[in-house]
Amino acid sequence: MQQTSDEVLIQRIAGGDRLAMQVLFARHHVRVYRFVLRLVRNESTAEDLISEVFLDVWRQAGRFEGRSAVSTWLLAIARFKALSALRGRKEAELDDEVAEAIEDDSDTPEAAMQKKDTSAILRKCIETLTPDHREIIDLVYYHEKSVEEVAEIVGIPENTVKTRMFYARKKLAESLKAAGIERGWP
Amino acid sequence: MSTTMKNAPEREEIEVLLPWYAAGTLNRRDTARVEQALANDKELARQFEMVREELGETIVVNESLGAPSQRAMKALFEKIDAEPARQPAAVSFNLMSRISEFMASLSPRTLAYAGGVAAIALLLQAGVIGKLVGERTGSFDMASAPVTTSVPRGVETLVRFSPQANAAEISEFLKANNATIIDSSTDGNFRLRIPAKKEQTAEIVKKLGESKVVTLVLPATN
Repeated sequence: MQQTSDEVLIQRIAGGDRLAMQVLFARHHVRVYRFVLRLVRNESTAEDLISEVFLDVWRQAGRFEGRSAVSTWLLAIARFKALSALRGRKEAELDDEVAEAIEDDSDTPEAAMQKKDTSAILRKCIETLTPDHREIIDLVYYHEKSVEEVAEIVGIPENTVKTRMFYARKKLAESLKAAGIERGWP
Repeated sequence: MSTTMKNAPEREEIEVLLPWYAAGTLNRRDTARVEQALANDKELARQFEMVREELGETIVVNESLGAPSQRAMKALFEKIDAEPARQPAAVSFNLMSRISEFMASLSPRTLAYAGGVAAIALLLQAGVIGKLVGERTGSFDMASAPVTTSVPRGVETLVRFSPQANAAEISEFLKANNATIIDSSTDGNFRLRIPAKKEQTAEIVKKLGESKVVTLVLPATN
């Protein structure tokens, strides 16, 4: 069965169709939530932000020009909301949350190494990348965004997207090396 | 066959594109470049395996984040209900919106069928015009500049570009084949002219058809 395209849903939302909003929300909210959660590292804040993101969609649907995919538009709004929320927090509060996120109860890369679990080490290294590097890795690998789409979401030139991704991967390789996994690159 | 690419800048460029190739989000031109490089460069192929590992584990990391609670949806619709009422007339009579919705509702098979019928109609039209022109004898001259030498018309073909092909790919395709777009129709077909002898028509049609940028190539009646 063919599903209604995101663009058609947006047109209906622009006309005040609440059901179309429900369909769009059901289709995209989990990915948007995960993208926001990786940025703000707080589940409650992420939930608040996704309702804000979709409320913006409700309000601005009539202005959507379709020059990019709806999912790209959603992630661009989500990123803006997440960064605004992060800026609004007090420094100390933010430091505590970041520390909590890092000091979670799962294995450190070294502990995972002792268990010889290469995949777990790789995941741990991905989680401990800097926010910029983590964001680009997520957008390319998980959200399946092209160079052009990442450039639009993050608001940087396409060449910067490519180099940032390259350095994110390089950093990942260095973290793996520090954890005892030598991949022979870079 | 070499095991590594000799051109370092080209290799670096390909290396940078590997994550997008692994995710399947590269355009056709770059996809072809990466595929060719991977086939000829074992070191690059090894690195591609690393990229695939990273991609797989990034998905696991993200999927392990779970999903938001019902609270998010409830909060959203409470806020929507508190919004001022819309004026539905502004959009419901929007022609483009209706056309877009209608097109989206058509199945790919229906669209392909409609496209095929349109292509045949175009060919018939081209045939009739070609015959009429062919029956005319002699040549015409411009009053201001009499033409004494005839310019070779070349081979003309009808093509339809793939919906996935972007402007850069189409431009590259035209350049690579030394082709010029001389006409287009509203149903998405384009008439191309390639400087060549008419005897080469079949060969040219075959060559153009090998490109992923086009979905249909037919010889056109001159």
